[in-house]
Amino acid sequence: MKNIILGLVMMAALHGKVTLTGAGATFPYPLYSKMFLEYNKLTGVKVNYQAIGSGGGIRQLLAKTVDFGASDAFVSDNEMKKFSSPIVHIPMVAGAVVITYNLPGNPTIRLTPDLIAGIFLGKIKKWNDEALKKVNPGVDLPDMKIVVVHRSDGSGTTFIFTDYLSKISDEWRTTVGRGKAVKWPVGLGAKGNPGVAGMIKQIPGSVGYVELIYAMSNDMPVAIVKNKTGNFIKPSIKSVSLAANIRLPEDMRVSLTNTEAPYGYPISGFTWILVYKDLKDGKLSFEKARTLVDLLWWMIHDGQKYAEPLHYAPLSASAREKAERIVKSITYEGKVLIK
Amino acid sequence: MRGDRWLKVLLRASGAGTAPLALSILITLIFGSLPAIKKFGLHFLSSSVWNPVTDHFGLLPFLMGTILTSILALLLSFPFSMAISIFLGVYHPEGPLSKIISYLTDLLAGIPSVIYGFWGLVFLVPLMRKLELSLGIPPYGVGILTASIVLSIMIIPYTASLSREILKMVPSEIVEASYSLGATTTETILKVILPYAKSGILAGIFLSLGRAIGETMAVTMVIGNSNTLPSSLFAPGNTMASVIANEFTEATRSIHLSSLIYIALWLFVLTLLVNLAGNIIVTRMEVIGEKKNL
Repeated sequence: MKNIILGLVMMAALHGKVTLTGAGATFPYPLYSKMFLEYNKLTGVKVNYQAIGSGGGIRQLLAKTVDFGASDAFVSDNEMKKFSSPIVHIPMVAGAVVITYNLPGNPTIRLTPDLIAGIFLGKIKKWNDEALKKVNPGVDLPDMKIVVVHRSDGSGTTFIFTDYLSKISDEWRTTVGRGKAVKWPVGLGAKGNPGVAGMIKQIPGSVGYVELIYAMSNDMPVAIVKNKTGNFIKPSIKSVSLAANIRLPEDMRVSLTNTEAPYGYPISGFTWILVYKDLKDGKLSFEKARTLVDLLWWMIHDGQKYAEPLHYAPLSASAREKAERIVKSITYEGKVLIK
Repeated sequence: MRGDRWLKVLLRASGAGTAPLALSILITLIFGSLPAIKKFGLHFLSSSVWNPVTDHFGLLPFLMGTILTSILALLLSFPFSMAISIFLGVYHPEGPLSKIISYLTDLLAGIPSVIYGFWGLVFLVPLMRKLELSLGIPPYGVGILTASIVLSIMIIPYTASLSREILKMVPSEIVEASYSLGATTTETILKVILPYAKSGILAGIFLSLGRAIGETMAVTMVIGNSNTLPSSLFAPGNTMASVIANEFTEATRSIHLSSLIYIALWLFVLTLLVNLAGNIIVTRMEVIGEKKNL
């Protein structure tokens, strides 16, 4: 027993010089845990990440109780004012929200923006609605009531989905709007991706939205969605990566929904890691600050190879270039940490 | 002797510690909900809008959800818990059968609520859906009634165990007296034993009510989580506890967060009122009972 403890202490002394702590989004959690595990093997740096939700991550960064936060929705201009000193957003990977359903035989269906808005506003009430039939010739749509299932917990998934709906439907934008939690016009709420998926599996005629990775790892039927340029796009890692092929802003606080990229899947979005621009403002020691910047650099380069096996879409070339510039702009007491 | 004194000090300290603890929880809740109190005041209680996008928050849908599910659960569970307690307290106070049944009843109280929720989801919900299909209403399966049924099972052991012990404590003299006057077993139970044990049974009911009001996990899984006023017993709804559990982690805006804490404050008040009402009723009945006995 004594030897084990001694061994552990020595290991800590040799490797774990620095432990970084982060908190936030649950969506990238499986990827981050994989990345942090691999990074630990490489460098001995320990990263303690708590998937408490994007909201909690931002709150903890604001309170300076963590070294970095993580969020699926970027911090709005209004919320940015709450921070005593500037923060930066570093995109890590892209994810997507897919529309899944429960129909007899689970045929692949196609949806246009108008149809999606109509279904989630409660205006299209039956699966054999003329508008649905017109877009899906040859598909046997049953005479069944549509039961909408949405997330009951506040979530980045809901944010991306309602952000998309707000862009494609004026009625949605004015009556419901976008947010991590909204006032749903119709439907049932279920907690988390598993909750929504479970509910959909149980209720014939139901439709809802889950994260792409969740649908892929559970073999759920997903709808093909018409994007802004008029192409019908099947959600996949490739079409999600392609969604970021647009002109990206320097600060990367950008929504990818309803993308103009011709082969991009329209309900996609980045997930970000948030840090103070000058890490001294975030109450980090110099040593921690250097370790954190090295970690971030690794995550947008070598770390990206762990994304695809876990069904996340890696950063596109242009997105990575912008992310590099942001990581380079991070300072400690005004001095740059990486060149 | 010295050990005794130390024990006394220790017990006193932990006893005295609970009051500041409850008070500090209350203060934390009030402090956290200040922004919402300032913005909505008491209008919060009567507003049925819950819209995190436009920052309009009201308690009514959740208050209704909590009250409806708790009262329904109580009504549904009462006959069963009474039957169990009479069976165990009067008919079979001893013996292996009684031991098995009381063990199983008490076991119900120890099952984690997420298991009740899971059972509700995979067993009860499909059953409810069949019922709803035959009634010609939207076959959600989840909803106020489903949540109430799950809750009613969860609270059975609270009323049943307490009542059983109370019924066992009814003095055998008065039971035997009743029999010796020629009363049947039914008459003895209804006219002698139950009136005698009334206050204890009521205490059990209030304990169950308190449990039903605060239950979160199992309810969230089967209530449908719709933040609107429930239109019928089969409609989806939401309760105070479950909306907090659902939205707390991702509430980034301070007024949203504060409104959730404001709900927690009302939940605290509601629980306090139920306990207080329970206490008052139980003491009053005891006083009346004593007077009658004199």
